[in-house]
Amino acid sequence: MNGIHDLGGMEGFGPIAPEHNEPIFHAEWEKRVFGLFAPLSAAGTFCVDEFRHAIERMGAAGYLASSYYEHWLHAFETLTLEKDVLTAEELRTGQAAGGARRLTPALAAADVPAVVARGASARVDKAVEPKFKEGDMVVVKNINPPTHTRLPRYVRDKLGCIDRDHGVFVFPDSAAHGKGDKPQHCYSVYFSAQELWGSKASRNDSVYVDLWDDYLIPA
Amino acid sequence: MHTHHDDDHEDHVHPHSRPLTDPELRVKALEQVLVEKGLVDPAAMDALIETYETRVGPHNGARVVARAWTDREYRQRLLENGTAAIAELGYTGIQGEDMVVVENTETVHNVLVCTLCSCYPWPTLGLPPVWYKSAPYRSRVIIEPRRVLREFGLKIEDDVEVRVWDSTAELRYMVLPLRPPGTEHLSEDELAALVTRDSMIGVARIAPP
Repeated sequence: MNGIHDLGGMEGFGPIAPEHNEPIFHAEWEKRVFGLFAPLSAAGTFCVDEFRHAIERMGAAGYLASSYYEHWLHAFETLTLEKDVLTAEELRTGQAAGGARRLTPALAAADVPAVVARGASARVDKAVEPKFKEGDMVVVKNINPPTHTRLPRYVRDKLGCIDRDHGVFVFPDSAAHGKGDKPQHCYSVYFSAQELWGSKASRNDSVYVDLWDDYLIPA
Repeated sequence: MHTHHDDDHEDHVHPHSRPLTDPELRVKALEQVLVEKGLVDPAAMDALIETYETRVGPHNGARVVARAWTDREYRQRLLENGTAAIAELGYTGIQGEDMVVVENTETVHNVLVCTLCSCYPWPTLGLPPVWYKSAPYRSRVIIEPRRVLREFGLKIEDDVEVRVWDSTAELRYMVLPLRPPGTEHLSEDELAALVTRDSMIGVARIAPP
């Protein structure tokens, strides 16, 4: 979707403001939000693509007015509600509805070190034929799906070159909507800065973007 | 032990980011009901928080950089298969499952961004700083990297190529910064102590000792 999250190349958001000696978390509630991601993910409540899309759907004004961990919190509330894990009343009160069955948490404290160390790679161990190879010139499709995509607006319709093939990965445009992994090759694609931003950009500079087969056509 | 309920009310939320409803109250309700239903173990949350507060951070990435500076074969492996070479030092997992390391040279300067969200290599750099996740950085570094780098105090000569890496997929990137001059005599540990988070994002150089 052409949402506010797709920020590349925009202006008007104010200065970049690095914080000296920045703490890892700025408030206790941020820690609790952070700590919910892996347990909910382990419980199968959502995949990372659904999570990102929930943030993208939050609305432009709200997105810009809220912080990173507020985005996460919004996604958790949205997805637990949409997937019937919680009711609106439960989210509001923090009380489980009567007769709620007590489950065993999918992620136990003892398993945290192993889960952190293993992660969850989106790489798919499946032989899929690549459509392109290193050095191929490609044009990025000009598509504007109303659904989740990882294709930024600023590369659409632009001419690039396959820099390297990362291998076969889950396709987020499909996975975010429960339509399967649709595994396909994902490439690092080179664009000259002038191709993306015009002749005022430095002739020496370049941008590398990771793009899947379904986003690309031969040049 | 999780004692977070005791001090929640003492937290200070930045007024400029305060939403319509209070995130402190919302996350408290969310956690409470998820725990009550047996979906989430609060001790697992505590363990996750503790991991990223104390064990995972840019000191890990600094070890990778120092090894690459002192071991030519390691450096080669790191640039060819970042995931495997970083795993040799024990850094693996969440948000670093598939790693790519890009090398700064005298003619190429690399800088990282995630324009669509805030993807960042957690196992080597820890959790991202607020500025990296912010709209100003994500919007601007992709279109005017030299100006943004100048604001970070980094002047890139005109004949050096600036490469911006937008992590739009599940690959996570890390910059292998230039080893500063005058460090030939330093040990791997001493070198690691010089390596900064910002140098591995690509918004800083490493100053000579």
